[in-house]
Order: sequence, then C-alpha cells, then structure tokens
Amino acid sequence: MSGQQNGQVTRRVTQAITYSILPTIVAIVAALVATSVVVWATGAPIGGFVDTMLSVPSNRDTIIIVNQASMIALSAFAAAICFRMGLFNIGVEGQYIVGACAGAFFAGSGIVPGPLNILATLIVAMLAGIVWAMIAAVLNVTRGVSEVISAIMLNYVALTLAGYLVKTYGERSGYTFTTPKIPPSSQPLGFGLFADAPDVWALAILAVIVGIGYSFLLGWTRFGFDLRTTGESRTAALANGIDPRRMVLIVMAISGAIAGLVWMPSFFGSTHTFGIPEYFQRGLGFTGLAVALLGRNTSLGIGFGSLLFAFLATQSNRLQSVGVARDVVEITQGIVVLMVVIAFEIARRIKVRREQERVARELEPATTTGASA
Amino acid sequence: MTILASAPPAVRQYRHLTLLLALAAVVTVSLVRVFTDESRMTTPGTLRLALIAACPILLAGLGGLWAERAGVVNIGLEGQMLLGTWGAAFFAYHFGAWAGVLGALLMGALGGLLHAVATITFGVDHIISGVAINIAGLGAVGYLAQTFFTDLDGGGPRNLSGYAVPAQITIPGISDAALWVSDQRWFLVSDIAAAVAGVTTRLSLLTILAVALVALTAWVLWRTPFGLRLRSCGENPQAAETLGVNVYRYKYIAVLISGAFAGLGGAYLAMVASSSFTTGQTNGRGYIGLASMIFGNWNPTGVLASSLMFGYADGVSLLSDNGPLVHALLLLLSLILLGYAAVKYLGGERVTGIVVALIAVALLVWYLAVDSVPADFTGMTPYLLTLFVLAVASQRLRMPAASGKPYRRGQAG
Repeated sequence: MSGQQNGQVTRRVTQAITYSILPTIVAIVAALVATSVVVWATGAPIGGFVDTMLSVPSNRDTIIIVNQASMIALSAFAAAICFRMGLFNIGVEGQYIVGACAGAFFAGSGIVPGPLNILATLIVAMLAGIVWAMIAAVLNVTRGVSEVISAIMLNYVALTLAGYLVKTYGERSGYTFTTPKIPPSSQPLGFGLFADAPDVWALAILAVIVGIGYSFLLGWTRFGFDLRTTGESRTAALANGIDPRRMVLIVMAISGAIAGLVWMPSFFGSTHTFGIPEYFQRGLGFTGLAVALLGRNTSLGIGFGSLLFAFLATQSNRLQSVGVARDVVEITQGIVVLMVVIAFEIARRIKVRREQERVARELEPATTTGASA
Repeated sequence: MTILASAPPAVRQYRHLTLLLALAAVVTVSLVRVFTDESRMTTPGTLRLALIAACPILLAGLGGLWAERAGVVNIGLEGQMLLGTWGAAFFAYHFGAWAGVLGALLMGALGGLLHAVATITFGVDHIISGVAINIAGLGAVGYLAQTFFTDLDGGGPRNLSGYAVPAQITIPGISDAALWVSDQRWFLVSDIAAAVAGVTTRLSLLTILAVALVALTAWVLWRTPFGLRLRSCGENPQAAETLGVNVYRYKYIAVLISGAFAGLGGAYLAMVASSSFTTGQTNGRGYIGLASMIFGNWNPTGVLASSLMFGYADGVSLLSDNGPLVHALLLLLSLILLGYAAVKYLGGERVTGIVVALIAVALLVWYLAVDSVPADFTGMTPYLLTLFVLAVASQRLRMPAASGKPYRRGQAG
C-alpha cells in the first residue's frame, strides 16, 4: 500500500520536473545559446560576452538587481492574475504610467504629512491604476471590445496624457518638466545589505507582500477558486453561479491596482519625482508580461523570473566594455519568452501522447480478456 | 469591368452613398477651413506631410490585414517594422536604394517567419508571440545598429545617414497648376487642388508603391482563387482543410507577407519620412497600423482611409506652432461626430446617437472655451478614435471569424 503511495509521489515529482521545470531550463538555455549565436555571427567577441554575462555581480550590482526585480515582479503579478483568468492585460504598461503620474503628483503636493504620505500615495497610485484598467474592462464586458486592442490604445494615451500633465502642471527642472519632489519627511529609508553599496529600496518589500497575497488569494480563497474556474471555462463558471463579467471587472481592478504600484519602489527609493523620460522607467509593463509567462503565473516562478531578467539587464551594463552592444539582452529576453511557451507546448503535446499510450496499454489486457470470455 | 456593370442595385446604392459621404466630408473640411481661417488645414505642404506620415501606418495596417485574413493576429508588426528600418538603412548604405527596400522587406519577413513558426507550427498564443517579437525586435535593432553602424561614415551607435533613397517625382504641369489654384484659397476648389498638389509634388516612388499595394492586396485577396483560399483559412480553417486547402502553407505565406509589408513600412520611415536611420524610429506606428486595420474594418480601402486620417493627425503634430490648427480640427471633429450621431439616431440606434451627440457637444464646448489646444492631443487622436470606434461601432466591425484562434491540422470535426 505504502509502496504504491510512494510510487504515486515519485511519479508526481517526476512529472513536475519533466513537464514544468525541465521546459523552463531548456528554454532559458536555448535563448542564451541563440543570443550567443547572434553575437558570434555578427563578429562580436563571444568569449567576452559569455564571461561578462556569467560573472558574479558586485555588491552594488546585486542591489540594483534586487531593486529592479521588485518592480518587474510587481508588474508580472499584475499580468499574471489576469492570465489566470484567461485575460490578457497588455495594458499594465499604461496603468503603471498613470499610477506613477498620479502618485507622484499626490506625494509631491505633501497634502498628507510625514510617513503617512507614503501610504496615501500608494492608495492614490492604486486607484489611478484601477481607473485606467476599468476603461478596458468596462469596454470588454459592455461592448465586447477585446481587452488587448483597447489596452494598446490606452497605453499610448496614458503616455501622452502623463507627458501633457507633467508639462502643464509640473515644475521646470533643467530642460524637462517634473512633478514636485516628495518632502524629505516622506522619504523612507532603505534596507542596507552591504556597507559599500546603496540600500535596497524600502518599497521593494511591496513585491514580496503582493507575491504572498497573490499566492494566498489564488490558492486558498473561494475567490481564487472562482477566478481559476472562470479561466478554465467561462461557461462552466456561469453554470456554477459565477458571473464571468463581474469577475472580469474585479480581476482587472486588482490587476490595475497592482500595476499602479509598479513604479513606486523606484519613486520613493531613488527618483522622488516623476517626469518622462528622465525620471521614469518605461517598458516595465512588457517585461512583466514576459516574466509572468516565464514564471508560469506562480509566485515562486515570477520571483525567479524577475530576478533573472533583472540579472540579465544589470549584467548587460558591463557588456559595453568588452565591445558588445548591451541591447543584446533584449534579444535574450524576447527569445526566452518565445522559447518558454514553445517548450511548454511541446511538453504538453508529449504528455498528452504519453498519457494516451499509457491508457491504451492499460486497456489492452482488459480487451483481450473481454474477447476471450 | 463586367463586375461593376453587374453589381446588384444595393451595392450600387452603397457606392453612391460612400461617394456622397466623401463629398460631404470634403465640403465640411472646406467650410471649417474658411470659417476658422486656419488655412494651414489644407495647404499642399500639410497634406504632403500627412501623406508621408500615412504611408508607414498604411503599410503596417496592410501587413496586419494579410495576417488576420489568414487567421493570425500579428501584434509583432511594431518589431517587424523596426527590423525593416534597420534593413533599409544597412542595405541601402552598402548596395543602393532599392537594395535597401528589398533588405527591409527581407528583415520584416524574417520577423514574420519567427511569428509564423511560433504561432502556426507550435500553436503559441498569437499575442504572446507578438509581444516577444516586439521585445526581441527592439533589442535586435539596437544591437545590430551598434554593431554595424558605429564605425561607418555618417553612422553612430544609434543612427546612420548618408545612404541612397528611392527617387522623388514631380508631375510638372499638374503640380504647378494645382499649387497655383490652392494658393488662391477658394472655397472647396483650392482644398481639392491642394490635395492634388500634395500628391503630384516631390512624390516618392515608395509612396506610389505603398498605394499600389492597397490595390494589389484588394485584388489578390478578393479576386483570385489564392486569395479566397487564404481568407477561408481566416474564417474557418477546418472547413478549408476539408476542401483540401493546405492551411499551414497559406498561413505561413500570409504571415511572411505581413512581416514584409511591415518591414516596408519601416523602410518608408527610414527613407522617405526621414532620410536617416535612428533606433526606435517606429515609435508605436506598428500599433497605429493595427488600429488602422481595425478602424478600416479589415478592408484594404478602409485601411487606406483610416491610415490617411491617422497620418493627417500624425502630420499635424509635426507642424510647428500647431495649437490653433488643432483647435480648428476640434471643431471639424465635433461636426463630423454630430453628423454621425444624426445618422445613428435616424437609423434607429437612438441611445448610441445620443451618446455620440453628447460627445460632439462636449468637443464643441471645449472648442468654444479655449483658443488653442496642446499638440499632445493630436498625438492621441488615432488611439482615441480607435477606442471610440470600438466602443460605439464594435457591432458593425467584422473581423475574420477564426482570427487569433489556434488551429492544428487534422482536428476538423
């Protein structure tokens, strides 16, 4: 009996390794190999490229990696919660721009004094993200507009709108316009890890909090179950008394709220002001999408994926010194996403075929006995 | 031509209506131009700028159309377009103008091939693949530019100039006459003359090619057996398969053409809209192309019309000191929306009509309240208009039925 149970456990573990972890590793390796081939084919120094990318980062770079990973992870969670419901929130990019802009204006105004300002700003940023996400969500449920198409449009509107608002209501600083700086009393201290490096941003902790909340919500609550059910099949959800349209609204709102937080670690940790392009980091929304896919929409996977992407981006800063253009890591990032989905598709096809074969094998003796009887 | 003669009455009536609407639009534009005294609205210069801004959007839109007609959503247009800008610059620098055009086509098609392998062979979600191609395309162009252009004469890590571009032609008699007439600022006549002057003065051969591709696309997709089979893959691939159509092959061809067209759009940006290459030159035009395809209801002529409109908005945002002009355009937009609202209301869609009318009135109030509108808003126009069309007329839009849906051979029920 226990032998059989052991066998079951072993099979589960083997399956997890074969069908989840192995494809991810294969995809990452394949992407790195493909990038190396590009570097080699264009005649750039391949040895220097590999050495630099695989070197151990300095203390300073480690801090940068952690900081960047926190923002990427937040963006990935915003995308992942939608993925789990079969929604494609490509609009994280726009939602976090709007959240960053609204949050920065609010924080800079200093309406709420002291550390309380941080909390209030986070709420404002989340609300702004929700409002922006709701446009796509409402269009989706009332008019049947694809959330992908409307989100693409809204991303550009967000960027232009934020630029306009900062130019009209912000302050001039040098050649650009920015929002007013956060009062010093509302600037949080960071976590000091190394004596010879800057601190980890205080609000990087948001990524951990959201990650735990994400796992809890999806795995341990009724709502999470409803969400996953709706993702599997909308008709099944409807039959079980779940209103899919209501779910779309709620999930997009949660996603928008998380998206609103994406840039907050950097805002409170280093820039303290907002202005495109100098005092802002664009593109995190798309990086987050990629990481959510890489991490298979799980907290651990996203944590790992965001560290990997931040690692690649930070290491690439030193590529210039060995004569390789740093943009090459963006090729790696793009290809890794493609590879990971392709690898999982192949793994799924193999799994289906094997299961069919296994079922056929198990049925075979039964049919023979049936025939002899 | 027998096709035209045998068109049923309903179709003929529809054609008359389209002509009538186009005429009404021109008259409205002219009226607004005279009323606001904003003559820059229809000068040959502005219209030429609009045409140049429209062509990359048009080519991207046509690219999107080819892919979607075969059932593949191509969000990767932006990345393929970027690859095109690099291909055009690289090949034109070393081998001449038309080699550059060819290079752009090939680089775009390469991006298309990647999308095709991922979506068709491996059944990857089309949006995911497109997003990945856009990320990788941006990186690839940055990398290739720095690797190959840094040491060139006239080049740098992020730019290249000094390569040959396709020739420009001016039609002597017509161009001069039209320029003269448009200078008179007569009602209606001058506006039409300005448009004529815009397309007969210093017209790039690539522009002609772009417009010719609209006709070619329409003819191939709707008038040939090849096109019928290709479109059947986008409407119902299982049915096409049962009729012996090799769905994979048609999808591959369509996505390759899609990428090549997007690449050509990139060439246009790097050779006509500007005579030099810079990284990230597309600046979201691939996405506007996608918008123009939707706005144009997955039809070549629709794509042409919406690209011209979006191109006009894009062109105006390039003009200096354009606040008053944008302000005048606000009045134009408000009037067009009022007309649209009236059509909707009389057509029985009362609620939609009233909502659109309210938006139009809001725009009118905005127009009356201020003297100048920041140029940022023209930049937003294509996106806002597309959102508006999706929200108001999504029932009237008809995308290919199987667009974006996964398909695997041998699963026809």
